Amino acid sequence: MTRAATQATESDLIQILTPDGQRHSHETYDAYLGDVDDQMLRGFYRDMAMTRRFDQEATALQRQGQLALWVPLRGQEAAQIGSGRATRPNDYIFPTYREHGVALTREVSFSEMLRLFRGISGGGWDPRENNFHMYTMVLAAQMPHAAGYAMALNMEQHGWDEERRAAEGNAVVAYFGDGSSTEGETHESMVFANSFNAPVVYFCQNNQYAISVPFEVQSKVPLVNRAAGYGMPGIRVDGNDVLAVLAVTRWALEHARSGKGPVFIEAVTYRLGAHTTADDPTKYRMSEEEKQWAPKDPLVRLETYLRENNLVDDAFFEQLATDADAMAAKVRDDAMAFPVPPLAKSFEQVYAEAHPLIQEELAWHREYEAGFADAAEGEQ
Amino acid sequence: MTTTMTLAKAITSGLDKILDTNDKSLLMGEDIGRLGGVYRVTDGLIDKYGSHRVIDSPLGEAGIVGTAVGMALRGFSPIVEIQFDGFVFPAFNQITTQLAKMHARSEGRLTAPVVIRIPYGGGIGSIEHHSESPEALFAHTAGLRIITPSNAHDAYWMIQQAAGCQDPVIVFEPKRRYWLKGDVDTETPALDAFKAQVVRPGTDATIVAYGPLVPIALATADAALEDGRSIEVIDLRSISPIDFDTITESVQKTGRLIVTHEAPTFGGIGGEIAARITERAFLSLEAPVLRVGGFHMPYPVSKVESQYLPDIDKLLEALDRSFAY
Ligand SMILES: Cc1ncc(C[n+]2csc(CCOP(=O)(O)OP(=O)(O)O)c2C)c(N)n1
Repeated sequence: MTRAATQATESDLIQILTPDGQRHSHETYDAYLGDVDDQMLRGFYRDMAMTRRFDQEATALQRQGQLALWVPLRGQEAAQIGSGRATRPNDYIFPTYREHGVALTREVSFSEMLRLFRGISGGGWDPRENNFHMYTMVLAAQMPHAAGYAMALNMEQHGWDEERRAAEGNAVVAYFGDGSSTEGETHESMVFANSFNAPVVYFCQNNQYAISVPFEVQSKVPLVNRAAGYGMPGIRVDGNDVLAVLAVTRWALEHARSGKGPVFIEAVTYRLGAHTTADDPTKYRMSEEEKQWAPKDPLVRLETYLRENNLVDDAFFEQLATDADAMAAKVRDDAMAFPVPPLAKSFEQVYAEAHPLIQEELAWHREYEAGFADAAEGEQ
Repeated sequence: MTTTMTLAKAITSGLDKILDTNDKSLLMGEDIGRLGGVYRVTDGLIDKYGSHRVIDSPLGEAGIVGTAVGMALRGFSPIVEIQFDGFVFPAFNQITTQLAKMHARSEGRLTAPVVIRIPYGGGIGSIEHHSESPEALFAHTAGLRIITPSNAHDAYWMIQQAAGCQDPVIVFEPKRRYWLKGDVDTETPALDAFKAQVVRPGTDATIVAYGPLVPIALATADAALEDGRSIEVIDLRSISPIDFDTITESVQKTGRLIVTHEAPTFGGIGGEIAARITERAFLSLEAPVLRVGGFHMPYPVSKVESQYLPDIDKLLEALDRSFAY
């Protein structure tokens, strides 16, 4: 099953669960789905539904003026849940800014994730707790970080044989978009990772748009075709098919972990809504196109499959809706309750070690603020 | 123990010491392994520590700095080399938006102790993009520390202090002084890398210089003595943070201040020092703070660079102007 990099690129779309909910077998990837039982399938549906509900709540919070911005992911749930669930806790993930579903699989709290968008933190959560890095607003800047982190893993795991690496080793997943694939740092990262055989899985969610610019402006060929040019295997997968994404990502992680170098996955998906809450997709996208993609919705096809195979009943969906509403209410309450940190705290975080300019400016700031306190007291 | 060596070899020895004492440290850059770097600063280190500690990287500055950030996130301490000053810009994004802000964005949870070595400055008769002084562009970014040694002893110690610092540090190495020999005391505890040093005491005026211009400032002080002027010379050493206390104290004594650097004066480090010292020691000043630096132009072709660069005559002229007030 090993693929030599040069003959590796599969430009055929890997698909296991079709849009109408039929499950197919696949000669390579079925082996990576052996443990997927009914319980797990229901779990994937639940993950995707929870993510969608969170997204909806955050969008509402933004509309109500409670968040500075929101980056919706509706339509990309399968790509995120499938790939996230393929990772092990000790794999490190570098997301972009839309990976709320991946975050769920890493047990990052949804509430914590809103601190960034609420404008009270530059990061929000502790990346070391869940091996899920901070979001990155500068497109593709996280890509070389992923390669470097993976190079460091190679150094730590130097001398381990393939078996030990596969069992105990870890890998890195770098998430990026079709637009970001054009940035130079994506290219540099892939060169570094390949040259040093670093265990990185490059996971591109090709949601067809970089804000308003359609995919054809980034590339005339499927992105996966580029993989061979770097010397790594590439896999093109139906990004709306949670099972196919899970299987190919597991394959890729195994490949990377066992010391065979990086892998490129292009997950073909579609962003069903706006780019962010500041965006108006009607200006650049035909409703015709949106209609074509609607039936490929990742949740719809899994629901069809689950229902047709009698793996769920109405009670399952009712319970899920209740749980999702409760989660959303909690996220909302938590987000509202986060305190706004004083600016003085920002001074502490600029440098790890003491810095005279910071101390000087902080002292000035404190004195200036104290002046207002005096004035306020004087007035009373 | 005191040994005489060139500034370049002092850095090599410093790097050797770092690699020897910290097994999480590593060097990476273009041509730094087999070739030992285009200035041979890393010469011989690959033989001693292997290609996994002294890494010949692919050609890509964003890749070099960006992967170093990733390694630092995993607990390694990378020291990377940018081959020449003018080639740091492809990595500008990684340095300013990522490396500098990792600690702040993570609310202090993450550190990124990456050291970036950049040979900088002119006076070596080179062609374009090989003689620049971009320090102010980085000094303006919070989260970075920037130092520049002017002599072998400082070079030996400052690189080690940079490597020991939890913050990212850019070390601007004055390439035209790489062959300057000096005594290196490998035992005496070094001065803090982020402090300035009075390298020559004086009473009548202060010249602040750093990196390649420190020897010129010292020579100017010698020349000024012939006119009966006693000049205090400060080696700034740290460009971010700047040790304003040492400068203030000096100006309170001398009453006059000239700041010199190779970089253009407009928007430069000299302007920052002039402004701060005016705030701190206005009443001690006998004359406005003057700057002697580059013009607002791309670094000129090498046949005329001597007319562009600060030299003894330009500094003496500035002293004359200062004393004329
Ligand atoms: C370096 C950089 N340039 C521009 C932007 C502004 N911007 C934000 S998102 C975006 C489009 C990104 O598209 P893609 O990489 O496909 O990811 P998607 O948002 O579709 O998931 C742009 C241009 C940015 N954040 N960073």
